[in-house]
Amino acid sequence: MDSVLSDDPVALKILIAGGFGVGKTTLVGSISEIRPLRTEEVLSDRGIGVDDLDGVEAKTTTTVAMDFGRITIREGLVVYLFGTPGQERFWFMWDELSYGALGAVVIADTRRLTDCFPSVDYFEQRGTPFVVAVNCFDGADRHSVDDVRIALDLDEDVPVMLCDVRRRTSAKEVMITLVEHSLRTLTSAN
Amino acid sequence: MSDSPQWFDEEAGPVVRPYALIRGRTRSSGDGFDLVATVRAVGDSPGELGPEQQLILRAARSPISVADLAVELDLPVGVIRVLLGDMRDHGLISVTSPSAGGSRSNERILKEVINGLRAL
Repeated sequence: MDSVLSDDPVALKILIAGGFGVGKTTLVGSISEIRPLRTEEVLSDRGIGVDDLDGVEAKTTTTVAMDFGRITIREGLVVYLFGTPGQERFWFMWDELSYGALGAVVIADTRRLTDCFPSVDYFEQRGTPFVVAVNCFDGADRHSVDDVRIALDLDEDVPVMLCDVRRRTSAKEVMITLVEHSLRTLTSAN
Repeated sequence: MSDSPQWFDEEAGPVVRPYALIRGRTRSSGDGFDLVATVRAVGDSPGELGPEQQLILRAARSPISVADLAVELDLPVGVIRVLLGDMRDHGLISVTSPSAGGSRSNERILKEVINGLRAL
């Protein structure tokens, strides 16, 4: 198969979202070389009021560590994974992260399903293709997948799947499902 | 063991605070650089560069992303962007936005990614 060689490497972004402690870091680590990326962000208006700034009124920046993974498909074609910061006060960072993103994985925990509502809303509004991966913390089963789809009121075409983020094969399956979904979204739009 | 924290060497943080490197600025022409934009060294390095700029030039001899540079230099992305903005203004590096190639809309590339993931 011929690859068109170009000077510019192709870099694709995939976002990993979901509530706190749902397995974002584990998923990124299962499938890629994970490294912490430090960002030091100016607190936005949206952050003010959520952050407790009493006594530290002068503080206008905050340090955020993001999970950052890289999968090299071939030389010049790299997929970057970004674990989105969980706290809602970092929404402003999501806008940058999701710009031009290939898609997103929303990890759901059936015991705390509401935690992933904001992520689902966000990607629906942005029109970013996403899949919902139900992490099997406590023996979630097929029934859980249907429950999750109903509870999240997802469009029929949004893939919902079970996964075990600790397992590489499972993490891979989630990524493949997402890219296939992005591809379908793309071809149906054309 | 003592209960009071003792910080030595790297644990005590950098000797030079990140924002001192960029003279307290948080804004530069590099603000808009995407995390996965590609950075390349161009031209010869002038002698009077600071150590961070030299590290960036060395790392960017082959194409490297903004995020990878931040990890390599262990600096916050905001600091890296300011440094990169200056360096681009001085013609030391080029920065290519990933969206310029319209990669999201490239069917062939997505198929390649799917195959590549399967082969992992």
